[in-house]
Parts: sequence; structure tokens; C-alpha cells
Amino acid sequence: MKLLVPYLTAGVTENWIDYLLAMQAAGADAVEIGLPFSDPMLDGVTIQQASDQALARGVTIDSILAEIKGVPVRVPLIAFTYANLVFRPGADEFCRRLAEAGFRGLIVPDLPLDEAASVEAAAASHGIELTLLVAPVTPDDRLAEIVARSRGYIYAVSRMGTTGERDALASSAATLAARIKAAQAARIDAASALPVLVGFGVSGPAQAAEAGRAGDGVVIGSALMRRVLDGATPADLEAEVRALRAALDRADQEATADHASHAEISGHRG
Amino acid sequence: MPTLMTTPAAGRFGGFGGRFVPESLVPACDALAAAFSGAWADPAFRAELGDLLAVYAGRPTPLTPARNLSAALGVELLLKREDLAHTGSHKINNVLGQALLARRMGKRRILAETGAGQHGVAAATAAALLGLEATVFMGERDIERQQLNVLRMTTLGATVVPVTTGSRTLKDATNEAMRAWVADVDDAHFLLGSVGGPHPYPWMVRELQRVIGDEARSQSPYVPDVVVACVGGGSNAAGTFAGFADTPARLVGVEAAGGAAMSSGRPGVVHGARSMVLQDADGQVAEAASIAAGLDYPGIGPEHAFLGSVGRAEYHCVKDDEVVAAVRRLARAEGIICALESAHAVAWVLREAGGPLLPTGSRVLLTLSGRGDKDMATLGEVA
Repeated sequence: MKLLVPYLTAGVTENWIDYLLAMQAAGADAVEIGLPFSDPMLDGVTIQQASDQALARGVTIDSILAEIKGVPVRVPLIAFTYANLVFRPGADEFCRRLAEAGFRGLIVPDLPLDEAASVEAAAASHGIELTLLVAPVTPDDRLAEIVARSRGYIYAVSRMGTTGERDALASSAATLAARIKAAQAARIDAASALPVLVGFGVSGPAQAAEAGRAGDGVVIGSALMRRVLDGATPADLEAEVRALRAALDRADQEATADHASHAEISGHRG
Repeated sequence: MPTLMTTPAAGRFGGFGGRFVPESLVPACDALAAAFSGAWADPAFRAELGDLLAVYAGRPTPLTPARNLSAALGVELLLKREDLAHTGSHKINNVLGQALLARRMGKRRILAETGAGQHGVAAATAAALLGLEATVFMGERDIERQQLNVLRMTTLGATVVPVTTGSRTLKDATNEAMRAWVADVDDAHFLLGSVGGPHPYPWMVRELQRVIGDEARSQSPYVPDVVVACVGGGSNAAGTFAGFADTPARLVGVEAAGGAAMSSGRPGVVHGARSMVLQDADGQVAEAASIAAGLDYPGIGPEHAFLGSVGRAEYHCVKDDEVVAAVRRLARAEGIICALESAHAVAWVLREAGGPLLPTGSRVLLTLSGRGDKDMATLGEVA
């Protein structure tokens, strides 16, 4: 099956947890939880607005993690945030708090391979999977190292640009996913089996299906957060995510006619 | 005595610096570091830049003895006159170097962030001269208070993009410029205006600004006791300090009290480097608040964080009212209207002269980083 990983900015509204539960109910395989940062330099205008809105509401990392702790979430949660929030309490303490709140993974878009060692070690010691990102411009030797060191997933950044909705999926998405798959095929360890998620600028069911065909799954953020900012209810959002789920499942059925492709997330939270 | 970093391969200044950028920008940073290394070692590049600095930017800038103030304060004060450089500040030194480099790398356009607009004007100037397209990102709030520089940029043919997110100042303009760079990394060079950002910027910009310190060192009749410059990101201070790092001179950076990353910040990662950052307990970056738009920035270049941490340089701060008073005192004593940014260094000297930090008889070299025309409206408002 193809993995569907919606993104939600934590604290964006008072009832943000309801959106999380709606995503789960609609068939999300995991949820990326954006921990809002004051200077989200890799995010486009939608996630910037969502982050500003959350911070203006006064949420803190502590308040977010405390809210999540009591919630019956079955799907894996992956934190998406920026390096300064990780380093401020120290990578070890930050990962400890994530693990305590039930998170499975962590993505830090401004922490490239060369700066990642201390966070990789801290994450590993607390059972947090640090997922690394690959970009269309990443050279082959570097891509191979990212594939070897990434945990949980391998995140294929579909295009050169920020997060945000686009009219079409970039052609670089399929090319990059294929390059990552080729690098995985050259390995015999666990890295060879990590799901490749395609993200950044994936908008709507048709693009989700296209991105899903390119990799093992898709991350969808801005397209959903735009609806939340515009006042969509949790029920509205659940319908959106169901449509994405259906599109991905259709893409998967078409693909299995050619070859069996199984990418699963092993284990479940709690 | 620790001196400035001379082997920049890792982009580290002690525990500061580095390259905290999205994967999408890593190859571009690598390419830029290689290109600058090559250019800086190439006599032809150095000659071309040296020629532009002389016949276009007006270098060397004079070292002016501030005779009246010196007599009044009981210290010997020399002013390194970057306010007399073309476009009105030291920013021209950096932009000419980076624009030449951009052309050498085959880039068609430059992207720049600006606070007070001095870097934006300089970048637009260099782009016009060298046939590059310029897009300058500027916070909406800074656009309101620096109208003159906005008009200068558009007159020079640059596109000024208002930034409406966050605090609508330099920090947000920098975010937006980096976002634009990710989206156009093949065609565009990110012409960063200060000694912050990911490697190679802190090193490259300091090298391009060291002409300030090298000139001052050769112009000064003696090695001063104290070398002082204002610090926002810290490029004029870095360039000035570079000329004196291997002397016994005390190096003093003066920050705005409302943007004092060294005095009030903690180590953090913002805009691609680990340095000192104003931030809260979670790591949310604080909004700076200074009358000088060019110092309205919650971070500082990583080399300053390093020099401060090892005690080679000291960092102090002054308040807005001291800064306004300093502009007026310098103007009336010496007939020089300096920028609000530069006036921070002046204000520190005015405050400390005769005290323990700056004993009577001290010989002080102060970099006057820019001229104050742009600030006349602001000064008018504070009467």
C-alpha cells in the first residue's frame, strides 16, 4: 500500500487535536506534527501563517506535548521542526521529551547530514527515528549517505522551493524518488527497505496519487493547513484526507497490476 | 592570543558557525565556498575588485582625527570614514566582491535582504554596475521608516519585495531571501549583507570587509588602544577587527540595547549558523527593537560569538536615546552626520571616555560605518 502522511501544525487552533484525530480516522498511516517555529525558513506562506497563528495563541513545546500525551493516537507521530527548537533544550533533552509524549520520529529540515551527528545520536538513544531529507540537487554520493543514515523513512523533497501548494507536481519528484530507490537497491541492510515519502508542494488527490506512484507514499501539509486556516471543521478535514486516501489506494491498485509493492510502517504507537 | 579564523574549510569558529541549511541549499553553499576560495586566491580577481574599490567605491576612505571631540573627551579619537564610500556605507565593499563573484559563477541575478536599506542600496548598485538583476527583500516596517533607501533601490533598477511576515524587519527579510534562493538556486546568487548565515558567508563577508581594517591599520600612526565598531550582524566590525586581531588593541563591538545578542542572547541556530541569538525558553527567536533598522536583528555573526566567548573581543550595548544624542554631538562637534547604526559606536565612546573602560588618554579608532541622510526623518520624530 501507499503511505499517506498528512501534516498538522500543532496548536494552530484550540481544537487542533480534533484535526489530528480526524486525520487518523480518515486512514492516515502516520501524522507529521509541525512544532511551530518563529522563523520557518523552508516553509511557504501557508505553514508560516499556521505557525504564526499557533505561536500567537501562546502555545509552547511543553503545552503541545502535554496535550498530545493524553490523546488516543494509534498512528505514529513524527515531529517536524527547526534546529533551534531542538538545540535550545539540547538534542538529548528534546528527544527525551518527544519520546515521553509518544512521538516516533523527527524531521529537522535545516539540519543537513553534515550537522546531524549529535541529533542522530540523541534521537537513537531515545528510540526516536531521525528522518533525513534528500533534495533534487543532492549529488549521488551524498544521497547514498543520506539513505544509509536516515531512519523511519527517507524524505524526498519533490522540488527546489519551499513547502506550499502548486498547480502541478514537479517532474523532479519522480526522478528523485527513482534515484533514492536505486540507492536503496544497492544495499542489503534495513535502509534498503525504508519507505520513500514524497513531500513539498503536493496538492490534492491527483498529485497525491502521482507522488505516491513515484515513491512509497506522500506527505501533504500546506493543502490541508490552508483548509484549516480557512475555517474547515475536523469533519471537513476528514473528508479531504479520505479523498487523498482513496486516490492513493487507487494508484496503488493500478501499480500492483505490474508489481507487488509493499511498504509498511512496522509497529504502532503505545 | 586568538586571532581570526584562517582555515575556513569547516566553516567553524570554535563552537559557532557551521551550515544549518536545507539539503536543497547544501550544493549551492559548497559551490559558493569553492568559487570564493578560487577567486580570493586569484590575483586577477583581486586586481579587478581592488580597481573597483578604488575608482568606483572611492577607497581608501580617510582616517579622520576627531579633533574637537577628542579635546572634549580627553581621548584621542580617529574615525575610519566608511560613510564616505560610494552608496554611503561600508556595505559597498562586500557587494562589489560578491557581485563580481556572482558574475564569475555565471549567475544572472542576485537576491539580497536589507534592514536599513544600506545593504539593499549597495546590492542594487553593484547589480546595476555589473549587469545583474537585483531583487531585494525588505520588511514592511523597515520600508516605512527607510523610504529614501527604497527610492534609491528602485531608481537603481532593483525590485524591492515587501516582507509582511513575523516582525516585518531584517530577520524576516532574511528568511524570505533564503526561501527565494532555494527556489532559484541555479540562476541566483544570495548576496548576504553581513557576517552571518551558513558557511562560507561569515568568512567570505569578513574577508571582503577586511579592507576597512587593513586600510585603517596602515593609515593609523600607531596601534590604537581600543578599536570600536557598531555590531548588528557585525560586518563592519568584523572587517575592522580583521586589521587589528594580531595587535594588542582591545576590540570593542557595540550593540543596540534592544538587539544585544551578545549581552542578552544564548547560543542558537538561526539563518544557517550557530551563534548568539535572542530567543525564549523554547528557542523561538525574539524580535529585536532598535531605532536603527540596521541593528534591529536578534542574532550576530558567528565569529563575533567566538571572539566574545574566548575574550578576544568585548561587546557592550547602548540605548536608543544615547544613540540619538551621539548623532547630534558628532554632527555639531565634527560636522559629520553619521548613521544611527554607526552612532552606537560613537555613543559608547561618549559614555565611557574617562571611565574605567576607556581611561583618559586612550587612543581610540572608531569605524564610522555609514552616513546619516537616511535617518533624518527618524531623527526629526524624536526631536
